[in-house]
Amino acid sequence: MYNVNAMTDKEQNLTILGIESSCDETAAAVVRNGREVLSNIISSQIDIHTLYGGVVPEIASRLHCENINGVIRLALKEAGMGFDDIDVIAVTKGPGLVGALLVGVSEAKALAYALHKPLVGVHHIEGHIAANYITHPGLKPPYVCLVVSGGHTHLAVVHGYRDFELVGRTMDDAAGETFDKVARAVGLGYPGGPKLDKAAREGDPHAIEFPRGEVRDHPYDFTFSGLKSAVLNHINMAQMKGETISTADLCASFQNAVVESLVTRTVRCAENYGYHTVAIAGGVSANTALRRMMLEECEKRGMECLYPEPVFCTDNAAMIASAAYFEYLDGVRDDAFLNAQPNLKLGSTGSHRI
Amino acid sequence: MKILAIESSALVASCAIVEDDLLKAEFTINNKLTHSETLLPMLESMMQISGIALSDIDAIAVSAGPGSFTGLRIGAATAKGLALALNLPLIRVSTLQAMAYSLSLVCDDVICPVMDARRSQVYSAAYRFGAVVLPEEARDIHEFLKSLSEGFPEEEDRSFLFLGDGVPVHSETIVSGLPGDVLFAPAGLNRQRASDAALLGAVLYTRWLLKNGLSAAEVKSIGADGISCFDDTVMNSDDFAPEYLRKSQAERELEDGTLEDAGKHSLKKMQSGIVRTPRDGQA
Repeated sequence: MYNVNAMTDKEQNLTILGIESSCDETAAAVVRNGREVLSNIISSQIDIHTLYGGVVPEIASRLHCENINGVIRLALKEAGMGFDDIDVIAVTKGPGLVGALLVGVSEAKALAYALHKPLVGVHHIEGHIAANYITHPGLKPPYVCLVVSGGHTHLAVVHGYRDFELVGRTMDDAAGETFDKVARAVGLGYPGGPKLDKAAREGDPHAIEFPRGEVRDHPYDFTFSGLKSAVLNHINMAQMKGETISTADLCASFQNAVVESLVTRTVRCAENYGYHTVAIAGGVSANTALRRMMLEECEKRGMECLYPEPVFCTDNAAMIASAAYFEYLDGVRDDAFLNAQPNLKLGSTGSHRI
Repeated sequence: MKILAIESSALVASCAIVEDDLLKAEFTINNKLTHSETLLPMLESMMQISGIALSDIDAIAVSAGPGSFTGLRIGAATAKGLALALNLPLIRVSTLQAMAYSLSLVCDDVICPVMDARRSQVYSAAYRFGAVVLPEEARDIHEFLKSLSEGFPEEEDRSFLFLGDGVPVHSETIVSGLPGDVLFAPAGLNRQRASDAALLGAVLYTRWLLKNGLSAAEVKSIGADGISCFDDTVMNSDDFAPEYLRKSQAERELEDGTLEDAGKHSLKKMQSGIVRTPRDGQA
């Protein structure tokens, strides 16, 4: 049975095996005390999904199922450990693609049961936020965290390690999704984010003034659909008139509009809450323009701006093991009934405390 | 020799332990609950109540498919996790063959497991006396019946025993589409059960042991990670993947050139968080 009472002494070393399979990366990692990464294995499926222009859920799920044991084995090997050295099994329970999540959840439950280890189901976004604890071992709540990826745009106030206040989110498209769509429209292909980031470096961010969407009465919410339409209209108009447009200028101007929306709200939020640390997380936090503008705006206000190393920005299992550490210390335990929760909301972890 | 089997290929969630030629324990549920919330709790209860220790298991048999894509993966990932943790071999068992195996040994009927694969197709195969008569395939029900009629033209006393969740969907077609006697298996014998997977798994495992001159005790003491003579049936858990018998819709569309902007489609689904791959609902 689950050894729920083991290791309750908060001073003890905790070594956690994390498993992540919410989208198109099969990942496993071994992390000590939430911050020290002993191994971090990521099996990316991106080459396969690129053939289809985006992540195909059924293909992602099949590949997770094929690769997961090898990935876990490699994570243990690189950490120089066996299952005996692992104290806790952690797994992403949601949000994400349900078929993909179920592979990791089923595997983790079986491991925890057969090995008599406690099990902790982790919220994927809380994992992204925790990635900053790995890169910045001195980081402690409270702070404001912007989580931006292909599927998520969340602005969270992190009052404590497990106390998240979701203050803003996107009303329509996720920021990374908008990058992918615009990248496709200008022929850059998938994945759009990194390619568009690169193309924009040669362009003038003020060449075209695209609209910045505001959500009335919701100062921290985001909207990108108006911007996306404006960019697509701009491309169509140019084509109708037979004009050639500079892809670099278009990308730079579009990116500038997205980044400005993200940065202004994040900084506004930190100011209003009186917090002096701002963190970014998620795949889009690797975007160079976002990092630059966030750093500048934070410096102006005497705030600290943090973001994870690139390998911890995109989906990985080290961040899941890190988040699980704080959950575990707070008494969170899951059992054989743990299910994948594709629509899990931030702050509603659904786990029970003992 | 104790074999633990996992079955979650369709609506049934089931786990069982067979020791030699005895069924020691079996838990089966067929009541539309999600497998991710039933399979492992059932396994835990079964082990606890039966008093059999996980450490006494020699190998794990898993119903490998065909079936619900998601259901197969829940069973596969559960079995893979158990085998990885316990350092045990995995035995790949065909879902259809497991359903037919015991019945095909006790009567001379042609045993025809049919699983509803929608779009008027069935995952189907036919067995007699423990051997394959028609191989497993996703095919149109009429095509399956035609192959059966043509396969047994001379025998006047032929009879066909059907089972599986394709029966209630296609029963009239089956009765009218076949000459000779058609029988439908009764409750208890007409759906997947882990005991069937365990029994067939034990046969396959014994065959593999004999072929390689090993005993179950030897494999147990070496551990799966130390075995080099694995094959397509008895394998290291790393190498196991379900047998879907069907490609994903996106793969089919890519192959026949009808794929339309899959990226837009799937990314939109991710954003909304409601993801259901076409055709395969979550079991």
